[in-house]
Amino acid sequence: MKKYSIHLNSRRCIACHGCEVHCKVNKRLPVGPFLCDISCTPLQMVGGVPKTEITFSSCRHCEDPLCVPVCPTDAMVQRADGIVYIDQEKCIGCMACQKSCPWDIPVQNPDDNKAVKCDLCMDRIDEGLKPACVAKCTTHALKLVELQPV
Amino acid sequence: MKKSVYSLCGMCTVRCPIRVESEDNTITWIEGNPHLLGGALCAKGSAGPALVEDSERPQQPLIRVGDRGAGRWREASWDEAFDYVADKLSTIKREHGAESVVLSSRGGPWQAMYKAFIHAFGSPNYTNHDCTCGRNTHHASLSINGVGRKGFAYDIKNAKHLVLFGRDMFSALRIAENHQTLDMLDKGGRLTYADVRQTMTGAKATRFFQVRPGTDYALALGVIHEVIKRELFDKKFIEKYVSGFEELCAFVEQYTPAWAAKECGVKEKNILAFVDEIAEDAPHVIFHPGWNLARYKDSFYASRAMHILNVLMGNIEMKGGLFIPKGAGDCGKKGIRNIDLGKPDIKRGDGVGWEYNHFDKGPGLAHLFFNNMLKEDPYPIKAWIAMRHDPFSGMPDPEQQKLAMDKCDLLVSIDTNYSEFGWYSDIILPESTYLERDTPIVQQKGLKPRLALRRKAIEPKYDTKANWEIFCELASRLGLEETFPFKTIEDIWQWQLEPTGYTMADFDEKGFVEMIDTPVFFDRDNLDAQFKTPSGKIEIVSEKLTKAGLPSLKEYESPEAPEKGMFRLIYGKIAVHTQGHTINNPLLSELMPTNTVWIHTKQAKKLGIESGDLLEVASADKSYSATVAAHVTDHVHPEAVFTVHGFGKDIPRQTRSFRAGLSDQKLMVGKLDDWDQAGGGVNLCEVFVHVKKSIRNTKRRIAL
Repeated sequence: MKKYSIHLNSRRCIACHGCEVHCKVNKRLPVGPFLCDISCTPLQMVGGVPKTEITFSSCRHCEDPLCVPVCPTDAMVQRADGIVYIDQEKCIGCMACQKSCPWDIPVQNPDDNKAVKCDLCMDRIDEGLKPACVAKCTTHALKLVELQPV
Repeated sequence: MKKSVYSLCGMCTVRCPIRVESEDNTITWIEGNPHLLGGALCAKGSAGPALVEDSERPQQPLIRVGDRGAGRWREASWDEAFDYVADKLSTIKREHGAESVVLSSRGGPWQAMYKAFIHAFGSPNYTNHDCTCGRNTHHASLSINGVGRKGFAYDIKNAKHLVLFGRDMFSALRIAENHQTLDMLDKGGRLTYADVRQTMTGAKATRFFQVRPGTDYALALGVIHEVIKRELFDKKFIEKYVSGFEELCAFVEQYTPAWAAKECGVKEKNILAFVDEIAEDAPHVIFHPGWNLARYKDSFYASRAMHILNVLMGNIEMKGGLFIPKGAGDCGKKGIRNIDLGKPDIKRGDGVGWEYNHFDKGPGLAHLFFNNMLKEDPYPIKAWIAMRHDPFSGMPDPEQQKLAMDKCDLLVSIDTNYSEFGWYSDIILPESTYLERDTPIVQQKGLKPRLALRRKAIEPKYDTKANWEIFCELASRLGLEETFPFKTIEDIWQWQLEPTGYTMADFDEKGFVEMIDTPVFFDRDNLDAQFKTPSGKIEIVSEKLTKAGLPSLKEYESPEAPEKGMFRLIYGKIAVHTQGHTINNPLLSELMPTNTVWIHTKQAKKLGIESGDLLEVASADKSYSATVAAHVTDHVHPEAVFTVHGFGKDIPRQTRSFRAGLSDQKLMVGKLDDWDQAGGGVNLCEVFVHVKKSIRNTKRRIAL
């Protein structure tokens, strides 16, 4: 199975939070849920300069996702290319997926109470485009990569 | 129907090139122009559609019915609003003369139109926000290089070392510049950053100086001393192009790195190591002369010192150095036309050009109007039109400004948002957002000059108008059709492009027109004509300053220390907001709904506070105070507290930002008169505030 991942080049990242907004705008999410997250560690002296480490977090699209089997309505689906997505037609908003996820990735959309999570903008990927966060990353720090088996 | 247009972003004043997709008059996608930015766009840029959709912006012209600032409005039609403004302006002109009308704007590439409007009306009083921004840098560059702040651009990408004094470029984003800096770092280039606190820019730096607030000039002098002592400067360049070098050598004799280290609170060995680095990297070392340097009383001289360091590096008009931005003429082309009209030969109301002769007359200095307005000297000011400019959020002491504004019979706010000034004004003319309006064409200078413009992606959602429509309509009611004969934007475009030979179709492919294929560099051995100083040389000692009774090389004065219980107030920016006009944006306010106050760990301990505790911050005279959360950190200077600019607004119709956080401007009581006499900029960081733990920190809570 193919495995996509979003890679952050933290040397180029400036924690401008652009990705979070690009994602929300593309998914038309209301105030509340974010499907990805940029966070900085507290400043620490490195070679005389206070530095921060920046991390990007979103759905990992696990090889063997825990969220898929627990979904009572089969709304959580893994595609052949590894992308895990939520079928919004089937989702009843029970949030079992969130509880089973080690990182609490799925969140509830207050507009319709259904679960939402990063689907790597699969509609865009299918059109040969990059996910919104990657396409518009302010400093070109984010990349969509296809992981290769070792 | 699906549509895609190229345009220019309008969320902040950088105006990055963008491409916008829409369907059925709704924005579906915005990205950075792929031909220039590879799609890159910041958080603010992506939040553009949220601005369009935001119902908390003025939706039709509003005329005040209550007292000024009371927030009681009635809706009006555009016809009525234009008549209202035109009638009042005509009466004022008849009774007091055209010069009693001031027009202030945000500045920027389209200001020629606003300027032409007020000049055509008969007033010399056009001004902009620059007294609180780049004026010191602008005047510093003029005094040394004979060209303004934008007379040099920086080839950061190819530099080996970029030096920034408080220019927090990864918070005050310019996407193209950010790419250049990150590319430079990727190639092993060095970045040195000096600031009173650590920022994202500093975190990317290879060398960081956390300096005492107000000592940038000292650090620069210490570096100049060492560069001269070790003869690391470009002798050939200096002999050929520079005057006043001997005076500089004698002047900096006293300012050793050891002295500078003590003054700035940094280590001498670090300054010496820094000089070692620039010796290695010269001439590809760029000292950024500052962006917003309306900060300290010697910011003008600090900026001059940074310019001098560039001159010493001999890095002008070369790859990896500074270059002179080229225009149409440099490509052998004819430039576009702009609506332009000479300034009426009447004394300016701010004193620039007659009381203050050493300043660039262009936009004058906005803050100098207020005292003159109160004294009605040299004449009364009876109307103030603010074109997307919010003096009350941008300049110190809005309460003092209101006293002057109350002398006016007419206050007009033209803006996409309610501003603090707009809320106090008599009439609000709502401008369409940047995604709903076309603009005239502008020339963007550079190594490859471009023509660009903003094109509307969708029709206006509310009953708003583009700025060119507002000015053309007002002009026609005031009998100024000769200057503003245009009925449509196509008329304007056609008239602008006529001399150039380009047509609007030339913008279709990429959204801009590049006037030449290869970068234009001037012959570095023959730059004499490029420095527009009186002597044609780069002047370290400027006769113009001497004539104004100002030294070119000013003795350093140590900044004042705060009294006990007080701190110096430092303000700055953040990547998710721009000044004050995005803080009510639904998407951006979610990311950052309020500001905090940064305070040093030791000081916080003395006040008994921890991160997250509430602090009360009050102006020196305690007439304004606000309560905000503390951000306790080692990485801000102990003499200072820091806050993000733009918050603390008092506009009830903007529910997300209403009274959220702290306003730095309202803390600057009495500071309208504290400005740099040599550079003209307002000293926005010469402000001391009281800080104490707020009694609103609850240990016990009694409810029900």
